[in-house]
Amino acid sequence: MSFATKSPWVIHYDASSCNGCDIEVLAALCPGFDVERFGIINTGNPKHADIFLVTGSVNEQNIHTIKEIYNQMLEPKVVIACGVCACSAGVFHDCYNVIGGVDQAIPVDVYAPGCAVRPEAIIDAVVEALGILDKKAKALAAKKKGA
Amino acid sequence: MGMNIIYIILGTLAFAICAPVLGCLLAGVDRKISARMQGRVGPVLLQPYYDVRKLLGKENASVNATEGVYVTCALVFTLLAGGIFVSGGNLLMSVFVVALSALFFIMAAYSTRSPYAEIGAARETLQVMAYEPMVLFMAVGVYMALGSFNVATLTWAAAPIITDTWAIFVGFLFVLTIKLRKSPFDLSYSHHAHQELVKGITTEMSGSTLAKVEVMHWCENILFLGWVAMFFVWSNPLSWVLAIAVALAVYFLEIWIDNNFARVKWQLLLKSAWIVAIVLGGVNIAVLAYW
Ligand code: SF4
Repeated sequence: MSFATKSPWVIHYDASSCNGCDIEVLAALCPGFDVERFGIINTGNPKHADIFLVTGSVNEQNIHTIKEIYNQMLEPKVVIACGVCACSAGVFHDCYNVIGGVDQAIPVDVYAPGCAVRPEAIIDAVVEALGILDKKAKALAAKKKGA
Repeated sequence: MGMNIIYIILGTLAFAICAPVLGCLLAGVDRKISARMQGRVGPVLLQPYYDVRKLLGKENASVNATEGVYVTCALVFTLLAGGIFVSGGNLLMSVFVVALSALFFIMAAYSTRSPYAEIGAARETLQVMAYEPMVLFMAVGVYMALGSFNVATLTWAAAPIITDTWAIFVGFLFVLTIKLRKSPFDLSYSHHAHQELVKGITTEMSGSTLAKVEVMHWCENILFLGWVAMFFVWSNPLSWVLAIAVALAVYFLEIWIDNNFARVKWQLLLKSAWIVAIVLGGVNIAVLAYW
């Protein structure tokens, strides 16, 4: 396992929709569950983050914000779409301003379904994401060596 | 003079090897104890090491070419300040070189022209303004008690300098909270999650630059604890044990303060640090000068 997986710092963005998933994600990150045990730190700075947790669907307003946060994050990075809204826009899919799931704006690595997304689903998604992060970190290290 | 420079070079090399290791362990213990104080289990002891290794493996990107250079200078001057101190050199020089390191760190943040980093840099400047008078009083007090700025003189002193400078020591402990970036005085950069304007002074720093900042903090912490220990060293070799024990106890106290006090506004930071410096530092120096 690379060091990337031992210190995954997360950034969280609430795109839109009902905020239910947002509350679930923040609850999972609160001190009661002590995610720092796994080296996870909840940061507000995209430049320090490795995992991008997005809740809610993409609309005309927030698509730029999502892209901006994603672009400011440094490789290796992974994106987790938390909740049905983030996966495919869910119950809001035919709203006039909704574009769709997060993958309409940025590449998504892991989809965590649920309305609202369950804490178990978030944990499963993060574990899955760590595997992907590991692969990306190794690929980047190989590229750095080659260059 | 020539010998002095050789001692400083050797001291800097020794400090550059030992301080990051000790500082990393100290940071790990800090995070574990903090977690326990909050009723959590906390990360593994080597978590700070994992964090830095991860940061070193990140993609290289920077908003400009100078930021990384400034941060490297800040790290190098911290190591030099540590080297001067551990080689038994001039305390005042060590204090000034650390101030220079702080200046480079502030310049690094300003050079990015990011509004968030600039707020962090402005707050860091305030912190430097707050603690610097007391730190200078500390150096002057040590000089008056010891008759020399040379730290090596301690090892043949008849009594520890704390006996003459306890008021200065208490004042120094007060500003130590600022220097160690602990709450309630962690205005420019906090290690706690999400209590910052984005991430204060390090907002624009990422990857290997941020890793250097972390390593610099480890080394700074070791150096400042060295300054604490200095008050308890005299010709008796056993005093080293006492000095290290006091330094560790002081660090524990700092962790406790960090976890129990909310951040203050900069006005209170500046006022309280200066009042402490004038009262405790000034009175102690007056007593040393006239009695
Ligand atoms: S998936 Fe459900 S709970 Fe989550 S944001 Fe959408 S509507 Fe709300």
